Amino acid sequence: MATGGESPEAEDTFAKLLRAHATLRGTRPAFRHKDLGLWQTWTWAEVYDETRAIAQGLIGLGLKRGATIAIVGANRPRLYWSITAAQMIGAVPVPVYADAVADEIAAVLDHSEATIIVAQDQEQVDKILSVRDRLPRLAHLLYDEPRGLNEYAERGLAALAAIAAIGRAALADPAVARDLDRLIDGGRGSDPSVILYTSGTTGRSKGVVLSGERSIGAARCTVAFDRLTDQDEALAYLPLAWVGDHYLNYAQGYVAGFCIACPESAETAANDLREIGPTYHFAPPRAFEALLTRVQIRMEDSGAVKRWLYRAFMDVAGRWGEKIANGEPVPLNARMAYRLGDLLIYAPLKNALGLSRVRVAYTAGEAIGADLFAFYRSIGLNLKQLYGQTEAFLFVTAQTDRAVRSDAVGPPAPNVELRIADSGEVQFKSPGMFVGYFREDDKTRETMTDDGYVKTGDAGFFDPDGQLKIIDRAKDVGRLSGGQLFAPKYIENKLKFFPEIREAVAIGDGRDFVAAMINIELASVANWAERQAIAYASYQELAANPRVYAMIEKRVDAVNRALSLEPVMAGAQIRRFLILPKELDPDDGELTRTQKVRRGVIAERYASLIVGLNSGASEASISAEITYEDGRKGKLEATVRIVDLPPYPPARAPRPPARKANAA
Amino acid sequence: MKAETDDILLAVEHVSLSFGGVRAISDVSFDIRRGEIRAIIGPNGAGKTSMLNVVNGFYHPQKGAIRWRGRARARMKPYEAAAQGIARTFQNVALFKGMTTLDNIMTGRNLRMKRNLFWQALRRGPALDEEIANRRVCEEIIDFLEIEHIRKTPVGALPYGLQKRVELGRALAMEPELLLLDEPMAGMNREEKEDMSRFIVEANRYRGATIALIEHDIGVVMDLSDRVVVLDYGRKIADDVPDKVKSDGKVIGAYLGVSH
Repeated sequence: MATGGESPEAEDTFAKLLRAHATLRGTRPAFRHKDLGLWQTWTWAEVYDETRAIAQGLIGLGLKRGATIAIVGANRPRLYWSITAAQMIGAVPVPVYADAVADEIAAVLDHSEATIIVAQDQEQVDKILSVRDRLPRLAHLLYDEPRGLNEYAERGLAALAAIAAIGRAALADPAVARDLDRLIDGGRGSDPSVILYTSGTTGRSKGVVLSGERSIGAARCTVAFDRLTDQDEALAYLPLAWVGDHYLNYAQGYVAGFCIACPESAETAANDLREIGPTYHFAPPRAFEALLTRVQIRMEDSGAVKRWLYRAFMDVAGRWGEKIANGEPVPLNARMAYRLGDLLIYAPLKNALGLSRVRVAYTAGEAIGADLFAFYRSIGLNLKQLYGQTEAFLFVTAQTDRAVRSDAVGPPAPNVELRIADSGEVQFKSPGMFVGYFREDDKTRETMTDDGYVKTGDAGFFDPDGQLKIIDRAKDVGRLSGGQLFAPKYIENKLKFFPEIREAVAIGDGRDFVAAMINIELASVANWAERQAIAYASYQELAANPRVYAMIEKRVDAVNRALSLEPVMAGAQIRRFLILPKELDPDDGELTRTQKVRRGVIAERYASLIVGLNSGASEASISAEITYEDGRKGKLEATVRIVDLPPYPPARAPRPPARKANAA
Repeated sequence: MKAETDDILLAVEHVSLSFGGVRAISDVSFDIRRGEIRAIIGPNGAGKTSMLNVVNGFYHPQKGAIRWRGRARARMKPYEAAAQGIARTFQNVALFKGMTTLDNIMTGRNLRMKRNLFWQALRRGPALDEEIANRRVCEEIIDFLEIEHIRKTPVGALPYGLQKRVELGRALAMEPELLLLDEPMAGMNREEKEDMSRFIVEANRYRGATIALIEHDIGVVMDLSDRVVVLDYGRKIADDVPDKVKSDGKVIGAYLGVSH
């Protein structure tokens, strides 16, 4: 069957990698999928066989080298195999976000020029058929799950299984099998291997073209970095079209030869995680946050003894857990208390969350709260941060096992060259670097620097210990009139990590100092006010209360102290702040529907307050129209106090350097 | 997949039922053809649920007869009806609240379990094989109804819409010839109703169940069913295809309360 047999270390396409694994570790599990309540497993040899059948079937449909084929659906083995099958032929798979609405899907499918689409199920097929008139190239629409599709009589619609069966029958002829082998051999590492569309949060999505040798090269670096082997296992539950899934599961799985487990459905993923017990895991911060909330709610509902044990040992973990994980010296009695806590609380807890076998876990995508991050680190989960991009084929930076912090994303990943441009923008060259945007050469040129670095569009700086900190989108970063860097979102996020602060707007670009307008979080401040016996009748009254002001002042002061410790940000401490008399609201256009601050609208509405902040005034007045939930308009009249804060002197001595001995 | 006229699965012939002096059903006749979706509609208190209870043997009519697969049926108990291939769901969900979704659906397989208590207690050999085969059927139903995520959840903890789905699952697990659904969409929102409609249609077409259903959402009834019988105060006032029933003067009168 296989003509290869070389070691996977030498292969430069995913098809060749698969063939090598089929020979080398043919009986090891490659894919799992929970179906009808049972985990079905395919070995590498079986996956190779199945993938060849699909590839031959696709050849029968006229798929040729260089053509594109779209894959639309969730993480299912046959969709992954379709990706490899296309790569066997030298065609370029284009995974497409399955949760996109028909309109978005049509735009991406049309741009990708795919003639064949592999869709997961009836839902995706319906969606694609509804926009068929916009996809003139579409010739074949294949589906993985036949349910509900029995009576469809659309042109070109067929079951993937049926196409694979035709391919399998054809492969019975040794000449045909040899032709397919030749196609696999003929695959070049420099050819496009996959096109991943960016999610398009910052503009229209672009098709990022990645080559086989670069993709595999990047994956090899990180597989070595995290010592992943064929004994590892990951749950593939992230969107199939997202670079994270394609890298962490598909590329690393094919390089290391570890097992990729596909959940039964999106709703069962949490349960499937417990059943599989992956050794390698990725989740965005909000997923970790949701897990923690679930734990806390359950603990509140449990018996007194359990609650006491949980509190006592989480206290031990909070004090010593991270130090132990980072290899710092810890007294013997603390070690013993931690060991006992592990026996009684941490290990069972990790088991309940499906994390007990995890060796390496990553989080990325947004800022993670220090407490949240510390919680998982302290119970012994090796949770690290990375920073990446589709254009880099994920990894730009990654934290090493022994130098992990919540407020930075780590030093450059292996073989990544990283620099900060004068504008503050992070730029990189990486092993997995993209080849270009599909059919958009002008965009490619815009993104690349003359000397071959990729512009990330993010602004950041290096901490003294060499870890990168991302502060904001580069275009939002400004400077004070004195020339100091001003990153509004960085400051706002620091403020928003306090539960009492719901929203904050920092103002400072082109001005003498930084000022902030703060929105209190009614739920938590009201709770606090109740315990402090503070009486109030309205949000506006609570927001103006002197004791609330004093409490918020402490929070702002804490942020200033943190900023003063960072040489790059020390100049951008908050010198004056006020508390807004109303909640920022999407109904008033102050926030987007996804709760992001609209700076332009706020600058206009609260112009009088901003003038007050920038002058020396001790209070400012506002008069603005507000919209009630039922659409009625009202008028807001208020005078708010402005508080001055003394800045901290910038920390002169940089913080002690991290233990370099442990750094990669 | 419309059935042929002569292929009558169940016929209700001149059935009358009273409770003491209250006449619930008077002289009602209609039939259910193999493979169709048959709706029974009518205003509150029209005798719909009583009719369903007569069909599945819970009540025995004082007058008239039920012909099942062409043969007159003797007085029987609901479990005998179940053994003959009639499954049902209830207006107010009747599941085992403390048992999981899977276990509830497995109870639907009870009639298909042939091994006796001895083998089942042994948990080896033929009883185990039988259990595995039955579990497979249940898992296919779980997959069909898209309730994998609640497989191991006690049904008492589930929202109403899902409980209704589990109940349908249990009825389907019996692989019934005739499936009686008593207000399968009561209390559901639009999306849940759409899902449930799809399951009913697919159960009918691909799982081969003949279905008789009571439903108040007239839109749903008209979309789903092949034929509709309309009851009012225990009497049949119409029996035809949805389009005809919709424009029937008596039906409009019964629903709108117009005197006639």
